[in-house]
Amino acid sequence: MLELKNIYKTFNAGTVNEKMALRGLNLTLEDGDFVTVIGGNGAGKSTMLNAIAGVWPVDQGQILIGDADVTKLPEYKRAKYLGRVFQDPMTGTAATMEIQENLALALRRGDSRTLKAGITKKEHAKYREMLATLGLGLEDRMTSKVGLLSGGQRQALTLLMATLKKPKLLLLDEHTAALDPKTAAKVLQTTDMIVNRDNLTTLMITHNMKDAIAHGNRLIMMMDGNIILDIRGEEKKKLTVADLLRKFEEASGEEFANDKAILG
Amino acid sequence: MDVSALFNAMPGAIAQGLIWGIMAIGVYITFRILDIADLSVDGTMCTGAAVCIMLMQKGYHVAAAMAIATLAGMLVGLVTGLFHTTMGIPAILAGILTQLGLWGVNLKIMGKANQPINVDKYDLAVSLRYIKRVAFYKNSIFVVFLFMIVVIGILYWFFGTELGSSLRATGCNENMARAQGINTNFNKVLGLMISNGLVAFASACLGQYQGFADINMGKGAIVIGLASVIIGEAIFSRIFKNFALKLLSVGIGGVIYFIVLQIVIWLGVDTDLLKLFQALIVAVFLAVPYWKGKHFNKGKKLAATAEKKEA
Repeated sequence: MLELKNIYKTFNAGTVNEKMALRGLNLTLEDGDFVTVIGGNGAGKSTMLNAIAGVWPVDQGQILIGDADVTKLPEYKRAKYLGRVFQDPMTGTAATMEIQENLALALRRGDSRTLKAGITKKEHAKYREMLATLGLGLEDRMTSKVGLLSGGQRQALTLLMATLKKPKLLLLDEHTAALDPKTAAKVLQTTDMIVNRDNLTTLMITHNMKDAIAHGNRLIMMMDGNIILDIRGEEKKKLTVADLLRKFEEASGEEFANDKAILG
Repeated sequence: MDVSALFNAMPGAIAQGLIWGIMAIGVYITFRILDIADLSVDGTMCTGAAVCIMLMQKGYHVAAAMAIATLAGMLVGLVTGLFHTTMGIPAILAGILTQLGLWGVNLKIMGKANQPINVDKYDLAVSLRYIKRVAFYKNSIFVVFLFMIVVIGILYWFFGTELGSSLRATGCNENMARAQGINTNFNKVLGLMISNGLVAFASACLGQYQGFADINMGKGAIVIGLASVIIGEAIFSRIFKNFALKLLSVGIGGVIYFIVLQIVIWLGVDTDLLKLFQALIVAVFLAVPYWKGKHFNKGKKLAATAEKKEA
């Protein structure tokens, strides 16, 4: 479903701030893979997601989504294939627009925007039903401005928007990191529900090792712009945090920084 | 002080205010919806009148002349938009560059700094002569108000369409818009074109109204536009929530602006200083939300530290 071939990306090339963020990254996702991604700060996790989403062009390499080579497509054209949820709850929604207007924008992802009505009566019922599945009572506030929602509600809404039109690939960039633990757990639960229901191929970055282990069928760990660990199947099911730390040491030859932010 | 003089000046002020109200609606599209301060309108506010009057002098029907003037304004928006999106020039600077370039273009259109249009020789849509003692359907206040209602109607429809919604999303949150597959660069250019088209339309009205196009007639237009937007919002934002009514409030903002201006002139304030007052008033109004925000944050911070102390 997704293929990253030998991806390189360097930021601020030729300056003192030069940062080689991705170094020959290769990754292949199978249809229906739910992959959790962990790694320290600067490992290249978000850079990888942004490379897939086309926030900027990569320096080298090829990106395939399904059969489509999207390497040269601008961000807005790649959106056809992708559902995205960001770390900052403010990023994924339009605050000054209504909940239903945001959903209507998402429903038309990948279509050209015409002079037909931006939202039709027929859509209402569908949105109501889908909002109800979140269990946040948003179905009764469809004409409220999104800016009035809490961070958790906005992330849940963004998740719904990202999956309203089934994406070939769902990109979750630490989408629970900015939420309090209780809300984060709720949003993660919703994530699981939607990913399983629609059998979505998913890449989920997380800072929390326990979450990375508990969710998905495959786990990759990144360091210095490359994947250093790739655990799947039965092995992934039996994985513990201690295992993960040991494997990290074996793979990297370093001790994992015993950092609260990383262990969660 | 002669109150009847003020009273007599009011219809003219209202007609002018309505014309500038249409211009302000154009500014609203860039300033509020796209979140871009587009300074090219200072040039466009002359281009529209220049094109309209030159065409009418050549024998074009007033409707055709005004339509072409509107298209000329959209072309201006296209240029600013391309400066901004394909050349990566910050929006404010892109607008200033267009405005500067337009100075020369406007002079070339008119052939000199000022071109008159005589209301007795040409069939004008609006004129300061059509304010009193004319049939109501010919009255400029009625005609311009009708224009404004039509403009608001079209914009209300447009911003409810898929394309219009995507334009609103572009102005609200570009990252979100792109993630939803919206071509944000295209939308910004489109928004600038609609805005400048409206400004040129208002300019074409103003040129006819005052009976001439002048190279300086757009000077400070952006400030008058912003003032109308801000006045309209300040007065009506609590009661007008609907988008069409918001646009109407901006239009009325223009009228209030010109009524106040008329009163200020009537009071005998030195007209040389009018632009200075304009600038200061807009500066203060723009500062109010910022100050409010600052004050509120301070309150929050204090509350937070107080909580900490208690804990």
